[in-house]
Amino acid sequence: MNALADFYARHSQLIDQIGINAVLALSLSVSLQAGQLALAQAAFMGIAAYVSAILTLNYHWPTAATILVAVIAAAVVGAALAYPVRRLRGVFLAIATIGFGEIVRVIANNLGVTGGAEGMSGLPQDANTLAIYASLAVVALVLFLLSRTKFALAVALVREDEHAARGVGVDVGTVRTLSLALGGAIAGLAGALYAHSSAFITPNDFGFERMEQILVWCVIGGVTSPVGAVLGAAGLSVLPELIRFLADYREITNGIILLLVIVFVPGGLASLWRRGPVRVRV
Amino acid sequence: MVAQQLLNGLFLGAVYALFAVGYTLVFGVLDILNLAHAAIFTASAFVAFSLAAAGVPLPLAFLGAAAVGGILGILLDRVAFAPLRRRNAGTLVPLISSIGVAIIIGAVLRGIYGVDEKHFTTGGLDTAPAIHLGPVTFTAVELTIFVAAVALMVVLSWVLRATTLGRRIRAVAADRIAAALLGVDLERTIAATFFIASSLGGAAGVLTGLEYNSVTLDMGSPIELKGLAIIILGGMGSVTGAVIGGFIIGAVETLSIAAGLSEWRDAITFGVMFVILVARPSGLFGKRALRQA
Amino acid sequence: MLTLENVGVRYGGVDALRDVSLVVERGRVLGLIGPNGAGKTTLVNATTGLAPLASGSVRLDDLRIDGLPAHRIARAGVARTYQNIRLFGALDVHANLAAGAFARPQRLHDDEIRSLLERAGIANVDPAAQASSLAYGDQRRLEIARALAAAPSVLMLDEPAAGMNPSETVRLVDTFRAIAASGIAVLLIEHDMTLVRAACDAVVVLNFGEVIARGTPSDVARDPVVVEAYLGTGAEALA
Repeated sequence: MNALADFYARHSQLIDQIGINAVLALSLSVSLQAGQLALAQAAFMGIAAYVSAILTLNYHWPTAATILVAVIAAAVVGAALAYPVRRLRGVFLAIATIGFGEIVRVIANNLGVTGGAEGMSGLPQDANTLAIYASLAVVALVLFLLSRTKFALAVALVREDEHAARGVGVDVGTVRTLSLALGGAIAGLAGALYAHSSAFITPNDFGFERMEQILVWCVIGGVTSPVGAVLGAAGLSVLPELIRFLADYREITNGIILLLVIVFVPGGLASLWRRGPVRVRV
Repeated sequence: MVAQQLLNGLFLGAVYALFAVGYTLVFGVLDILNLAHAAIFTASAFVAFSLAAAGVPLPLAFLGAAAVGGILGILLDRVAFAPLRRRNAGTLVPLISSIGVAIIIGAVLRGIYGVDEKHFTTGGLDTAPAIHLGPVTFTAVELTIFVAAVALMVVLSWVLRATTLGRRIRAVAADRIAAALLGVDLERTIAATFFIASSLGGAAGVLTGLEYNSVTLDMGSPIELKGLAIIILGGMGSVTGAVIGGFIIGAVETLSIAAGLSEWRDAITFGVMFVILVARPSGLFGKRALRQA
Repeated sequence: MLTLENVGVRYGGVDALRDVSLVVERGRVLGLIGPNGAGKTTLVNATTGLAPLASGSVRLDDLRIDGLPAHRIARAGVARTYQNIRLFGALDVHANLAAGAFARPQRLHDDEIRSLLERAGIANVDPAAQASSLAYGDQRRLEIARALAAAPSVLMLDEPAAGMNPSETVRLVDTFRAIAASGIAVLLIEHDMTLVRAACDAVVVLNFGEVIARGTPSDVARDPVVVEAYLGTGAEALA
């Protein structure tokens, strides 16, 4: 028991990080399952983190309330974003959402209330490991329950063939909006948790680099697999620690491993255990 | 005042355009977004620095570094894209593998050069005399960079329009399968495309390094995403679009600075891009790709 | 029943359909034939909401459906198959049928699955098989089963026999007749005149976006206007 407590004490930051990253990966997975390359999760995360931070530091709201509002804010932004990008697909959608992320970053960089380039510091670090993993469990449960509904079938159909989906009565526009809002809410949860587990947040925490990371986790895990996304996030978050002994060669090893996995297992980790057709049970 | 900013925009835009052309060439031919382009941009800048530091005259260092960029591009394709092509892996997977290569290039550069900013010590770049032409002022260095960028783009245009290689590239861009059926050697054409695209991106890196007399590990970050905005504005796959888009974005940036909105200039750039995407996703020159380079 | 009245569709300055009127009645199979490019698929696209009408109207019984978004038209009871197969290939057969029944409130029972596969003529296909792994003919029939899963009042079949060999095509006749007999209004777009003659009660001929003839299959095959329209594409096809 002592060994466990020891282990936790030494690695608690990493453990927390893994939890938050897993939530982030799930938020992107929701969009990817709908076939939407909507790369705005880092921006949603940032929006929620700032909302939560501002409510906490400037208005002294209780943490739980700030998290709730932050999640709602991110969901609303997600739903709103769905409208201008409703006709965009594939790479165009990806670039539009990356652009959106950059606009959000610049705004955060320049507003007084967000602390500008220096960000916000002095945040209470009251999102402990339990809170983070409980949130992860809640998100996983919600997604699991959703996977048993017609919404999940609709999402799969939109991903497979949008036209045929319309032909069987699926309201593609609403599915895309809902998936963006859901992804936003989940990323928002990660963002609010992040704000309360790091001592400070800056605009660069939520930029394209972060978005690239999340994307890599999901693709390594298997684009349409939420379980894969979580494993990808966990694995790649732990990797730098595992190869710490490589010191200066860590970064290059990271890149090489990424390359090797993607070239030899392009279907991602999920393809290792997934056999046969994608099962969608309603 | 406006004239000066427009001139600045022209100079800035030329280098942007050079970078964006490489992006759009690869997208037009392979339908992939090459996220290692900015890493090659940076790598070439460092190579030029090393060559110049070793005494190689700047023009040769420039060409040499651009060529190295081109070779890196070929390697990039061999390692990250070609194996996936055979497996028909879609567009998302190659994107990720280009990120992998970008990380590797970044790590190698850091290993060789460390994290300090590098400067070109040759030829009085910092003390170039200012030239006054009516309402505008510029230095010989800026002018040379501009001319170099434009010259490269003119050469590219000629290659695409007047050479057999150019015809092959345009054929593969238009319809890969048909081109293969007509006997075009796909792999060699793709390799040539990467050489051209990456050497232009590398050239842009060297020119940027010279412009600010600064070569750093993260010099590719600002331009990486801006390049996306440019090719959207110009139309994905259109070389002409990338060139014109580059100049437009250059102008948007410098005019934003002139209007006192300097800190918001990136938001303005991406705002413009967003509006274009929503109003006219095909951009200025649409999906006519390289057929009409 | 499905009623098209004076339907016109424009694609980039050209009239893809001009003043087209037809009626598809429940329990009957109406054939829609015409040379390539005549506008047959355009008609189906316009009816199902994938192409906007420039003029005219489309009614499903008393409900006016033109102008509604595609998914609402589907929910109103109009189902279709596609010229190029558009199954949900990565999903299994069961999921494709569940997809077809998407708009219906209850989930599909196993016996309904079996019955759908039977009506489409693929009773022996494994519901757990991946849709894209099926034989070509079976995939076409799976598309039909998927359309039937919606319990539609109208079924539009866009060249369902394309790519099939003669023996497979012959079996389709019974399939289509049985579908119509179950109370569905069937519109059949086809090039194969043997199939049209055997399966259709009546035929409408389209050329350059206009109706140039209507009647029974044999009437239409003898109509000189129709023969001339087909002359460029092989009038023997009508013989």
